[in-house]
Amino acid sequence: MKLLVRYLKPFRVRMAIGFCIKAGGTMVELMLPYILSYILKNVVGSRSVPQILAWGGLMILCAATACICNIVANRMAARSSADFSEQLRKDLFAKTLRLSAAQTDRFTIPSLESRITTDTYHVHSFVSMMQRMGVRAPILLLGGIVITLVMDAYLALVMLAALPLICVTVFLISNRGVPLYARVQQSVDNMVRVVREDFQGIRVIKALSKNDYENRRYDAVNRRLSRDETFAGTIMGIANPAMTLLMNCGITAVVAWSAYRVAGHQSDPETVIAFMQYFTLISMAMMSISRIFVMYTKCAASSRRIGEVLEQPEEIFTPEKQTVCEPRREDAHIVFENVGFSYTGKHRHLKNINVSVPRGGSLGIIGATGSGKSTLVKLLMRFYDVTEGEIRINGLPLSSYGHQTLSGMFGVALQNDFLYADTVEENIRFGRELSHDAIVNAARIAQADDFITAFADGYGHLVSSKGTNLSGGQRQRLLIARAIAGMPEILVLDDSSSALDYKTDANLRRALAEELTNTTVVTVAQRVSSIKDCSVILVLEHGRVIGQGTHDELMRDCPAYREISDSQMGGAFVE
Amino acid sequence: MLNKGTFSTNAHSGGNPNKHTPVQKLNRKSAKGVFLRLCGYVLRQWPLFLLAIALTLVSNQLSLLGPEYSGNAIDAIAATDGVDFDAVWDNVIRMLICYVCSAIFSYVLAVLMIHLSQRIVYTMRKQLFEKLNTLPVNYFDTHAVGDTISRISYDIDTVNSSLSHDLVQVMTSLYTVIGSLIFMWQISKPMILIFAFTVPISILFTRYRSKKVRPLFQERSRKLGELNGYAEEMLSGCRTIYAYGREDEICDRFNRRNTDAMRSYYRAEYYGGTLGPSVNFINNLSISLVTIFGGILYMYSQSGAALAGSVFFITLGGVSKFVQYSRKFAGPINEFANILHEFQSAFSAAERVFRVIDEAPEPVDTTDAQDLPDVRGEVQFDGVSFGYTPEKQILHDISISAEPGKTIAIVGPTGAGKTTIINLLMRFYDTNAGGIFIDGKRIEQIKRKDLRLAYTMVLQDTWLFHGTIFENIVYGKEHATMEEVRAAAHAARIDTYIESLPDGYDTVLSDDGINISKGQKQLITIARAILSDAPMLILDEATSNVDSRTEIKIQEAMGELMRGKTCFIIAHRLSTIQTADCILVLQNGTITEQGTHDELMQKGGFYSTLYNSQFH
Repeated sequence: MKLLVRYLKPFRVRMAIGFCIKAGGTMVELMLPYILSYILKNVVGSRSVPQILAWGGLMILCAATACICNIVANRMAARSSADFSEQLRKDLFAKTLRLSAAQTDRFTIPSLESRITTDTYHVHSFVSMMQRMGVRAPILLLGGIVITLVMDAYLALVMLAALPLICVTVFLISNRGVPLYARVQQSVDNMVRVVREDFQGIRVIKALSKNDYENRRYDAVNRRLSRDETFAGTIMGIANPAMTLLMNCGITAVVAWSAYRVAGHQSDPETVIAFMQYFTLISMAMMSISRIFVMYTKCAASSRRIGEVLEQPEEIFTPEKQTVCEPRREDAHIVFENVGFSYTGKHRHLKNINVSVPRGGSLGIIGATGSGKSTLVKLLMRFYDVTEGEIRINGLPLSSYGHQTLSGMFGVALQNDFLYADTVEENIRFGRELSHDAIVNAARIAQADDFITAFADGYGHLVSSKGTNLSGGQRQRLLIARAIAGMPEILVLDDSSSALDYKTDANLRRALAEELTNTTVVTVAQRVSSIKDCSVILVLEHGRVIGQGTHDELMRDCPAYREISDSQMGGAFVE
Repeated sequence: MLNKGTFSTNAHSGGNPNKHTPVQKLNRKSAKGVFLRLCGYVLRQWPLFLLAIALTLVSNQLSLLGPEYSGNAIDAIAATDGVDFDAVWDNVIRMLICYVCSAIFSYVLAVLMIHLSQRIVYTMRKQLFEKLNTLPVNYFDTHAVGDTISRISYDIDTVNSSLSHDLVQVMTSLYTVIGSLIFMWQISKPMILIFAFTVPISILFTRYRSKKVRPLFQERSRKLGELNGYAEEMLSGCRTIYAYGREDEICDRFNRRNTDAMRSYYRAEYYGGTLGPSVNFINNLSISLVTIFGGILYMYSQSGAALAGSVFFITLGGVSKFVQYSRKFAGPINEFANILHEFQSAFSAAERVFRVIDEAPEPVDTTDAQDLPDVRGEVQFDGVSFGYTPEKQILHDISISAEPGKTIAIVGPTGAGKTTIINLLMRFYDTNAGGIFIDGKRIEQIKRKDLRLAYTMVLQDTWLFHGTIFENIVYGKEHATMEEVRAAAHAARIDTYIESLPDGYDTVLSDDGINISKGQKQLITIARAILSDAPMLILDEATSNVDSRTEIKIQEAMGELMRGKTCFIIAHRLSTIQTADCILVLQNGTITEQGTHDELMQKGGFYSTLYNSQFH
């Protein structure tokens, strides 16, 4: 909740004024039953139609004032909550993008996503509802109680007895409801999962004629979902009748009790009429407050989740700082020196990596899945900091570079990388200041120009989210074009040509060698053919280097490398 | 088509409250159709439905009687000759009974409606899913999985809440409106005239406003959906954004969308926020008018100017009752516009569901379709042409003949039509021209089930479902014993791995569960294929993205699987290709070269160029 307070602070004046206006309007509205009772009790006795009209006119005036106040206050509230959540979302998104890779891993991407979308939505709804109902309901409640106490304290106490009961009922039921609906959600997820599996495996299902089996499998989850929903509904359905009943019992008690009060001349029937109206208003207010309370618990959970992200320490995002140490004099462009790394602190995922690559040279990394290839590349780009040893670029340790400087050196195409809904050109440009010519040139080197110009709208062709309207090979070429468009010092290709056929892959490699002579290329691959021309090749197994050298050297000295090469003899022949 | 792109489309993003199904206006005719059909579902549960109607009536009647008795009680209290306690208590007890019964009935009603709607919704989901399984493969290739999921979850849910909630609401509202009107009519006819004035104002105002405001709210939801979509999209690429240092640029773009979304939120609220207070005002106006006229009439009644029995006569209890009824009366009228809107979205949701249920299923087998016993495994393509759409032919005049037990390797560049051949073999699609024959029988004359079970199929996309490893393997052959499953796993070189797991064959495979690699998944699907043991084999070799040791295992397991079968292989490995009995080179939908490895190498065509290019 600290978070809410902090973000609402800038709007405190506007919100305070809004609250006052709202409170004013609500109080005016509270006058209505009072006037009603006054007319029946006092004015009717005077037998003057103009007086009744005058008092009635006052009622209409009150109603109109209340209406105007409410509208104005609602509008002000809408403005504050819009500004509030705009700011909150903005900060949250910015912070999320600036989390270090380790922090992102800890939260997981889906969780971060739901914090930005669902949780901000909950907080926003609460803030906006709070301003609309949060004032009206308590004032109706308190004002109603005060007025009724003034009118007839005894009757008011009868009524007050019902309120805590209503309160407790709402609280108990909604408390019970949360886990019930969590279970319903779980069942929905199971149901959706089966549909998704069915969709994806339809060929296998049809091939094996497993329709009946699938129908039975679905029926189980479907039945379960229905059962859970029915149960949740049965419990939650108690709330409304129970509250209405309690309220009506209160009214009945007031009527019964008032008979004695009137008989004893301590009260009068007109007051009872007004009382019953106040009672309705107060009960409504009570229900609103309970609902606000339920929403509050949701909002509190959400704002805690948002707060967790916002309060993350800035881990890797060191500001641009001046070089503090003298660059070491060395010829190599990239140096790994005794590098070791662990994601968790327990198991070491990389051990004792030593390699140096000259400027314009090339480094190939090969090994089985899980051998640490991609981790090595992530360390080079400083997604994570090394736990042992040092990585240097141009003689300077990575930690001495600012993020912008460092990322400016790289061009990267990662495994299953990121394409988004925009034009081809923008996907290559990726928000950088690059000329159209630079982009076309990059596409040409990446062997992508041909298929791009084959689109009717060329570089203006719209790529769909995740690039689903492109083939695997087209996606990879687009990503490589993006990587080289900035003419980087270091080009990182992490398993990014696996979907290209041999011819295209070979052409790509030739073009890279010819056009990017000053660029150091780091290639991670499963295919020997993708890295066999590299000036240094690392063979990794379980985070350790088990072979290092050129293709010919490794073929001679490293049995593991030879084994991979032989098994792939003609691997991925034509795709 | 069977390539990778098809299956990865449109992830379903669940659990997002901001994504509303857009409310499309149905045209009158189809709205009527949908309505009748929904009625059909409801009427099939007619005993429950009738009971529900009865309960609605009773429960509402009881709650309407409440103010009547409280008014009577007040009259008894206000009696000129002192409080009439007997009458007061009599009425109080009646009130209590009414309210308690009404609460009980309305709870029973709520539960009843939940059961009713759940039965309907269960049936709809069941129908939709069972329909799905009968649809031709074409449907799955041309529809995004996310879309179908949103039909089976969100849309059906909309129908559900409409049935369980709005239906009762409508009945209740109608009854309350009519009932209150009757009671008010009995109390004072002249005062009813007030509503002749305020109700039309209220209705007109609400209609006018919602017409103006609804598009604003739709825009608001759309903008918010877009904003969330953008955030999700960008987060999925956060590593890349980090690597390129584009955080600031992306934040700027996000903020522009954010501002935009919040502006349309404000606009919607600015205009929408007037609705509630205004309607409230009109209600208060009615009450004020009721007070004024009630007061005047009450005054004349007391003074004797309006005689008891005349239409103008009213008691103090009468005024009280009238005020209470007028509150009851005004509520539902204002709600009506909302409920209509809800119904509209329920109709369009139902229509989306019905549209799937109405899809044409795979045509049934012809009446003279034959069984396919004892397949020898001789397959022939005779001048086959095919295109997924009439405009674009994929295969042109393909002729292949495969003798029993032989291996046919199909090679060629992406998009040449390799996977299409599989689709035709399995009869996932029917040819446009030419014919396919198995053991000399045209496949259209064979029962689909027999035809498909004659093949074992192993695809690049390994498909495993949420369930134990045993269930996933035994999927290939119902009622297979544990021994058979073990044997299959052994033949697929995956038994050692499975037995090393703590739960062995009972290990549950789930997305977030144990760490099972792509290669191991592939081996499990091979075990499934080995178990199903059909006389013919269709194999889509995976491109190598598993480590070399698993790769070797997969190759061995595949070899095991191929033994003695007629095999169609989309080949990526030279080892497979070189030993094939016949290699088909497929380019742009035609077979350009055909023969054994040696023959094709000698020929010096496309195949030999490709073959040599990898040793450049």
